Amino acid sequence: MIVADRKSLQEILAMVADKKKILIAGCKGCVTVCNVGGLKEVEILAASMKIARKKDGNDIEIDVKVLERQCDTEYVAGISDVVGNYEAVISLACGVGPQFLSEMYRDQTFFPGVNTTFFGGATKHGVWEERCAGCGTCAIHNFGGLCPIARCAKSLMNGPCGGSSKGVCEVNKDTECIWDSIVKKKMESGRLEDLIGVKGIKSWKTARDGGPRKSIREELIQGNI
Amino acid sequence: MRLSYPADIKIIQVPCTGRVDILHLLNAIEDGADGVYVAGCLEGECHYISGNLKARKKVAYVKKTLTEIGIEPERVEMFNLSSAQGARFAEIAREMVGRIRQLGPSPIRKKNHAA
Amino acid sequence: MSELKSGSNLEKVLKAGHFAFTGECGPPKGANVAHLKEKLSHLVGMVDAVNMTDNQTAVVRMSSWAGSILMMEQGLEPNFQMVCRDRNRLAMMSDILGAYALGVRNMLCLSGDHQSFGNHPDAKNVHDIDSMQLIAMVKKMRDEGKFLNGDDIDVPPKMFIGAACNPFADPYEYRVYRLANKIKAGADFVQTQCIFNMEKFRDFMKKAVDMGLHEKCYILAGVTPMKNVGMANFMSKNVPGMDVPESLIKRLKGVEKKDQAEEGIKFALEQIEEFKTMKGVAGVHLMAIEWEHKVPEIAERAGVLPRPKV
Repeated sequence: MIVADRKSLQEILAMVADKKKILIAGCKGCVTVCNVGGLKEVEILAASMKIARKKDGNDIEIDVKVLERQCDTEYVAGISDVVGNYEAVISLACGVGPQFLSEMYRDQTFFPGVNTTFFGGATKHGVWEERCAGCGTCAIHNFGGLCPIARCAKSLMNGPCGGSSKGVCEVNKDTECIWDSIVKKKMESGRLEDLIGVKGIKSWKTARDGGPRKSIREELIQGNI
Repeated sequence: MRLSYPADIKIIQVPCTGRVDILHLLNAIEDGADGVYVAGCLEGECHYISGNLKARKKVAYVKKTLTEIGIEPERVEMFNLSSAQGARFAEIAREMVGRIRQLGPSPIRKKNHAA
Repeated sequence: MSELKSGSNLEKVLKAGHFAFTGECGPPKGANVAHLKEKLSHLVGMVDAVNMTDNQTAVVRMSSWAGSILMMEQGLEPNFQMVCRDRNRLAMMSDILGAYALGVRNMLCLSGDHQSFGNHPDAKNVHDIDSMQLIAMVKKMRDEGKFLNGDDIDVPPKMFIGAACNPFADPYEYRVYRLANKIKAGADFVQTQCIFNMEKFRDFMKKAVDMGLHEKCYILAGVTPMKNVGMANFMSKNVPGMDVPESLIKRLKGVEKKDQAEEGIKFALEQIEEFKTMKGVAGVHLMAIEWEHKVPEIAERAGVLPRPKV
């Protein structure tokens, strides 16, 4: 799922410093799963902001609303009756949410309350790690089911580089060297020959390098399936 | 035990401090409480196993948030005692009230009073 | 290997069976030509070719190809370096053509240290292709006369292709296979990361020789003289993929501070002496970074002078 980290309280307060009535919009999708933009987090942010503003003698009125998902125009349309009641809206959804909101409600100002980071999963409660870079041409089966594009700091297809030490990436001692893992996996399963030879050059056309992407499913557009 | 403790404290009873939420603590501060404390079972003796441990973590989170806002984190605190420790209960109450008196009224209330 | 691939001095020296001796020089952190020429002047006549590094450790310096041209003006042969971190395939092919057109004949294909190590850590890194694929690309340009997309090149660049090899990084057992891959991709020569753990290197070379890699590619052993025990400790802790044995640190600690540089040089000379006869090792790559003025002395004492004229 998409993982995001909440912006600091100071940064969010600065965004609406001159506003007196705002809405904080949460999302029941990915940001709820990674505990950054669901109902609980939205309420905690609202309370924290109200306390901070009260302290400065500059009270702020904050309503909260949690949408089913902010990445669907059908759900985004659900707040059309109230969205105009506020001077600004802070969205705690991933980067998609505030954009969908901005596109639909052109007269309202939307602020992102989180920094969207990566596609990943929870390796244990409270810890999320990046797994996918969305390159558009998935070939993880060539690497023992592990992705070097997303998980190698240099996206090497023929790794590891000379900086790999004790299974750790040269960039950060808390980062696993994914090539160390790929090689060890191949050695353990007796399939080292899979790594002999040079892996072909990657086409980045299907990645973000090729331009903003679309996924169009004709069979779903025409008619009701 | 008929021990006395300061009248400045409003007690909210919960079946276990694990029931206390971050939002409860923040709302209390927002509504003007000068201080909030959570009194849970001794660690290792929680009737519901680990509710008091979770409460401690939540108190820590609220302390951090208050620090970010510029409010003294000492206004929120976690204490542990057993239900048999009447004297300790009164002691904690006096300690917390003493601490809050020294810190003064909540910075929120000050502004409101001025207004 | 009957016909010369590039005609470079380094290639000719290695082909003739001489024990090669290459050096290294970092370009200036600016356009200070005078300082660069001063550093290079110490190396003239001492080495067969000199590496001109490419934004090494992700610190911005004059580009490797420009430094290489300046080096040639001084009568030295450059080993032009290109890292995959800063250029995409278009810029790479373009720079290779430009360097070749200006007379460069040796080229090293490297991954490049991550930009977080350097002085512009906010930069976007490129890594459009990796070092293995870069080697293959240069080989394709040279031997097939084609760009990556198959188009013909109007006068192809005939480079002598080099690569780096780190026998001390992990996973250790895989390193010799990685070297084999680089050779398969087209590497004509490799320079290893600086060696301090001789025992481990002997073991690595045995594996490489068993696989016959030394017959397909010239392997140059990397040597860096330690200036003092502080440098040894720093390299051991802060440089990724570096293996500095405790015995060397102890040896340096065992002498007075003013004698540590000499002790470091003595160790390097012992290494070079062993490399001269070690099976599979075709030469030495001396990395006396910011210590270029010591190279003539080291070359003299190592008995590698005069350099062969081929």
